[in-house]
Amino acid sequence: MKAENDNIIEVDGLTKRFGSLTAVDQISLSVKEGEVFGFLGPNGAGKTTTIRMLTGLLTPDSGKAFIDGFDIKKNPIRAKMKMGVIPETGNVYVDLTAKQNIILTGKFYGINRRELEKRAGRLLEEFVLYERKDDVVRTFSKGMKQRVNIASAVVHNPDILFLDEPTSGLDVQSQRLIRKIIKEMNKRGTTIFLTTHNIEEANIQCQRAGIINKGRIAAIDAPENLKRIFQETQSVEISFNKPIDSGLIENSQLAERIEQIGDKWKLYTDNPDGLVKYLAKLAQEQGLILTSMQICRASLEDVFVKLTGDNPIR
Amino acid sequence: MPVGNLNSQFFRGVATVTEKNMRIYYTKPPVIIYGLLLPLIMFIAFYLGRDIDFRFFFPGFLAMFLFFIASSVGPLITPWEKRAGTYERLLSFPVSVNTIILGDTAAGMIFAIVINLVVLAAGLIFLHYSLNVLLLTGGVLLGAFCFASLGVLLASPAAPNPSYIMMASSLIRFPLIFISGILIPLEKLQGTVRVLSYFSPISYLVDILNFSFGGHAQYPLIFDFAMLFAFSVVFIFLSNRFHKRNLMKGL
Repeated sequence: MKAENDNIIEVDGLTKRFGSLTAVDQISLSVKEGEVFGFLGPNGAGKTTTIRMLTGLLTPDSGKAFIDGFDIKKNPIRAKMKMGVIPETGNVYVDLTAKQNIILTGKFYGINRRELEKRAGRLLEEFVLYERKDDVVRTFSKGMKQRVNIASAVVHNPDILFLDEPTSGLDVQSQRLIRKIIKEMNKRGTTIFLTTHNIEEANIQCQRAGIINKGRIAAIDAPENLKRIFQETQSVEISFNKPIDSGLIENSQLAERIEQIGDKWKLYTDNPDGLVKYLAKLAQEQGLILTSMQICRASLEDVFVKLTGDNPIR
Repeated sequence: MPVGNLNSQFFRGVATVTEKNMRIYYTKPPVIIYGLLLPLIMFIAFYLGRDIDFRFFFPGFLAMFLFFIASSVGPLITPWEKRAGTYERLLSFPVSVNTIILGDTAAGMIFAIVINLVVLAAGLIFLHYSLNVLLLTGGVLLGAFCFASLGVLLASPAAPNPSYIMMASSLIRFPLIFISGILIPLEKLQGTVRVLSYFSPISYLVDILNFSFGGHAQYPLIFDFAMLFAFSVVFIFLSNRFHKRNLMKGL
């Protein structure tokens, strides 16, 4: 039965166990049609297991997942026709050419030969692969292989695109090209479900982000809303012209947590104004020069670290 | 998507998997070595320097070639794809495990039939048989399917390297040659070997081919075809079970 609301992905109580390990524990989420949804989490949090259940590779032990209204357990083929998938460990066929890879994928989705040739040509141009279209993929760089991977995954114009760490291990240019492609696909109406370790990528690209930790959803919201939740993760970043003893900063009792990052100090506080005035006075008293200072609102990385428990402790 | 379309999606998936396998795996060295060279070497080792009625043994050799070639493609595909990282991507397409199993089986079957046609043509040109073409065709088609499905079954264990599967599959395939009426005629097999011959699917194809070429068979032909069919069903069923159980291993 097709979805009656505008949620194209609906997940309710999804659980997956491997022996005694519960990899994904009762997660529920929904993704609206046309949304870019980021799924973040540390290594081993359950991101890939979740994507594998949503794309039909793994059967959930309990719970339900619907892809455009189709139950992934009961109607996996119909659900898969709606999606394109780029798995984290998914490679294209290196013995085939770029064009052959795209055309082969299109055949799985029932696209006729003539239309396939047209689409393959267009995708090869769009993904800057046209000049190498008849070269076997074995001779391609990692970034080019990933582009063939993405081109193959979108040849059938899927309603949803699942990407598991799509820019992992790629050079900067390839990363930028892939982000651009994802953005353009979303503009054309494709829903994007994206897992990434790159918090900044999620911050820029995603309209909403879900954070998973130890198999459970820690938070789901727009990146800016997530940042606002954690007022105490505001921070003051400061550096002096010479090293100082952290005890001098601790004496302020305004910093909840202190991190030293290179030559800078990052001081987490819910009173940035008071802390800045204290630091300015400290610099004057100690004969120090302030080489840089700024007040930082909570970043998505801060939210991520706070929710996934990787905080360094003072 | 209506049910009718689901069926056409299934057959389309099988055809596409078959095409993929034909493009990629027919020229892989393990298929050439274990599928083509080994039976050729066995044939030469058996025939050279010995006074053998080649016309009598030709149906058995044809069955041997068909067996080795058909069952050499399947063991390679899934382990190779898991190591290359293409298997998870394949599973994300609108295909089921059954689609993949049948596509892999079809690839082995087609390869075996095409090569066997060459061997058959050579035999007909030089040995002048009067054939029962219908029986021969039926036997070769069903035999190729049966042996190819065995090959796919042999690919189902999880292994870190395709070569482990190829070597293990040879340990199973080689002994079957000696108990199937290829090197020793079925009617001359005795005792334990005679009993074991019933458990080899090749025995039934050898019997069908013996009748097709020479007009003599050990067992009723309907029994031969039924056994080949039964073996095929068992191999496909077990392939489905074991491939599903080991689906995520090695990914």
